[in-house]
Amino acid sequence: MVFPPLDSPQWHRPLRAFAFGMAAVRWTILSAVLFVTYIGIGALAHDTHFSLAWALLATLLVWAGPAQIILISTLASGASVVQSAIAVTVSAIRLFPMVVAVLPMMRTPETKRRQLVLVAHFTAVTLWVECYRFLPHVPRERRIAFVHGLGSGLALIGLVATAIGYELAANLTQTLGAAILLLTPLAFLFSTARNSRELADGLALGLGLALYPLASLLDSGLDILISGVAAGTIAFAVHKWREGP
Amino acid sequence: MSDFFGDWHALLLLLVAGVIPNQIWRMLGLWLGSGLDEGSDLLVWVKAVATAILAGVIAEILVHPPGALASVPGLLRYGAVVVGFIVFVLTRRSIFAGVVSGEFLMLAGKWWLG
Repeated sequence: MVFPPLDSPQWHRPLRAFAFGMAAVRWTILSAVLFVTYIGIGALAHDTHFSLAWALLATLLVWAGPAQIILISTLASGASVVQSAIAVTVSAIRLFPMVVAVLPMMRTPETKRRQLVLVAHFTAVTLWVECYRFLPHVPRERRIAFVHGLGSGLALIGLVATAIGYELAANLTQTLGAAILLLTPLAFLFSTARNSRELADGLALGLGLALYPLASLLDSGLDILISGVAAGTIAFAVHKWREGP
Repeated sequence: MSDFFGDWHALLLLLVAGVIPNQIWRMLGLWLGSGLDEGSDLLVWVKAVATAILAGVIAEILVHPPGALASVPGLLRYGAVVVGFIVFVLTRRSIFAGVVSGEFLMLAGKWWLG
């Protein structure tokens, strides 16, 4: 990771800061995780008979791997629009605290809210994690331009991977197709486990895995929602109990 | 053109069931976020529920596998994840090592079963 010093004249031009941000995708292992995840999403979209353009548009406009997977798999399994929308929106709740945490890092007293709309759109787990790492090396008044570049670079990776995964699933043997679809649960599980620094998050991950098979016995169409709220609430209760009064 | 995008119905589904329910939380974060404390109980709970929902998504793909993944026997799917996770822990949380070893076990098992 090599950035010019904070007071360097190289930071004077916003376009240059944008370019630094875009180039910064090289310095994160999460770019590879993102690539692998979107290969899986592209393959999933193919195997559930969505068009390639639909899959690309979803990557561009939704820009959240879990939401895209939930959207594709619920629609493909015959859930109603309302059921899909509820499952997607519940999975997206986690974006709220991420946006809340990311924005103060680049806000200045002069910043207008509309200048942060695109930053909010790009915010997802990868950008959230990398902002903590990169932004201390970026002058505050250039951070929005930098994050626009970083977000664009990551989105480009996601779009290319979606297309590659889609085409691979269309042309590969069944075994290799299965290997690509297996990338998604593996990449999500390990990247989430790596980001679960607090007990509540680790517990929520383990309990969420364990409770889903039970909830799916209910066959309610909202199984993910039911197991998620139950497991998350138990994890939160344990966290409070450990914290003491 | 309609072949390229699929039908308009699919695009409408994307907007109504995907884009809007997802983006609403980002925009709420943008509009309401400045007054919230990151360590507040509400946000800790929200984060735990969101993590558990993600875990549910992972479990769903493994328990009810889509497309080509359904051709892999259940025990092999679960085994690949368990072995991948063990390697992930042993390598001090290397995502790459975990993914590669999980994939390797699945492919080796499938080859062995014929």
